[in-house]
Amino acid sequence: MKDFLLVFRNDYSTMPKASPEEMQASTKRWMDWIGGIAAQNKLTDRGNRLVPAGKVLRAGNVITDGPYSEIKESLVGYSLVKANSLDEATELAKGCPILKIGGNVEVREISIL
Amino acid sequence: MKQVELVPHLFRTEYRKIVSVLCKLFGIEHIEIAEDIVSDTFLLASQVWGLKGLPENPTAWLYTVAKNKSKDYLKHNSVFAKTIAKEIKLHAVASEEIEIDLSIKNINDSQLAMIFVVCHPCNSTEAQIGLALNLLCGFGADEIANAFLTSREIIYKRLQRSKEKLRAEKIKIEQPTSLEITDRLPAVLMTLYLLFNEGYYSSNQDITLRKDLCLEAMRLIYLLVGNEQTNQPSANALLSLICFHSSRFDARLNQNGEIVLYQDQDASLWNQELIEKGEYFLNRASQGSTISKYHLEAGIAYWHTIKADTKEKWENILQLYNQLLLIEYSPIAALNRTFALAKVYGKNEAIIEAEKIKLTDNHLYHSLLGELYAGIDNTKAISHLHNALTLAKSTTDQLFISNKILECEKAILANMRSFI
Repeated sequence: MKDFLLVFRNDYSTMPKASPEEMQASTKRWMDWIGGIAAQNKLTDRGNRLVPAGKVLRAGNVITDGPYSEIKESLVGYSLVKANSLDEATELAKGCPILKIGGNVEVREISIL
Repeated sequence: MKQVELVPHLFRTEYRKIVSVLCKLFGIEHIEIAEDIVSDTFLLASQVWGLKGLPENPTAWLYTVAKNKSKDYLKHNSVFAKTIAKEIKLHAVASEEIEIDLSIKNINDSQLAMIFVVCHPCNSTEAQIGLALNLLCGFGADEIANAFLTSREIIYKRLQRSKEKLRAEKIKIEQPTSLEITDRLPAVLMTLYLLFNEGYYSSNQDITLRKDLCLEAMRLIYLLVGNEQTNQPSANALLSLICFHSSRFDARLNQNGEIVLYQDQDASLWNQELIEKGEYFLNRASQGSTISKYHLEAGIAYWHTIKADTKEKWENILQLYNQLLLIEYSPIAALNRTFALAKVYGKNEAIIEAEKIKLTDNHLYHSLLGELYAGIDNTKAISHLHNALTLAKSTTDQLFISNKILECEKAILANMRSFI
């Protein structure tokens, strides 16, 4: 089995400001999805979410605040899964709750250094 | 208590205490001497008490005799006296007389030290469980062989080997330091958890023996929880889990020792006292910030103590299984999670998830799919149940699956009739 990185992207500006109840329901959906991957013994690391604030460092010591306002698809989180092929890994990504709120999942095979 | 019952009872409760104290005093090289002295003490007790009747305080009698026998041994065994007794004297008090301390405190300390010795990772977990039963629970090779459904010779050899291993590794019997506790408590808890499972999930028909194993595991964890240093959230969580499970002991087996499924159990047979204890220790476990798998399993077991099938109950169970799987994958957790998922989202949703699990050589996997397909596609249900029947090993499981097949066949027939 190979390792794959699932990268979650979404537009922060369109992400709904959730009430505590909605947040709880959302956590449940994420847990049901990730639990389903774990139940297949294909979860390597549940990963993490990323906080919106960030900095970007460019050559010449140019530091800017994260390019979020103008970018539609911000990196919002990641998980690590294992699968036999890219197709199988993509199959695991189906059902990711981010798809229901306008986001997407990028599936990338990890090439071990 | 009558005398016939008293000696075995005291053997169960006192043997390990005296053995622990003597082992700690003599060191790991002389476990057998400690065991022999205590066995001799009990032999003498059954002879003398049989002739003269019970002493006023049988436990104190045992302690006194064991102390004297130990001192005699130290005096008369020249080899032992020259090598070990000197060292003991150095370690012990500076007095000439070797003190054998059978106070409650030293008994508890010695037993705790012995738990950490017995659960030392130099032995395999299987060997650790055997040692725990032998040295900490006073089980003989016969009883252990019976529990493991194997021969006395195999167990005897295994015990010898694992004691030899402890000697070879020169494991010290001493109060574990707080660093050692942090380091090794997880392994100790794991062994005690497996010891409990050995009794709870055993295919052995001997219900009394199985109950004994569960009680012994519970008692040893009590010891950990009763000690300030090892009274940690994960130990409390494990104790809670074991209390919740044990509360259903009488309800989950019928008179023939066969499993009664959870949904078919008579809830009035559930032991309320143990349920309350489980809740108490679960509360104590909720201090600190780490969640162990025992916390999650105790949470799942807690929700099972509520008989009514509410949405809240199964949603909580599902979430706990999700978390459990994130900590540690196991086929049984994967299957149980899918069962909980069916309760929350319905059978159709659960079938999709179940088929992804693909544990095709596990009879429980096919039983689950049989259960999920029943009433939705009975032909598929029957096909899965037949797979389960081929894979199941115990007669109890086979009988249960056969009944399920009959039910599905009846359902198909009833359906056909309704078309005619």
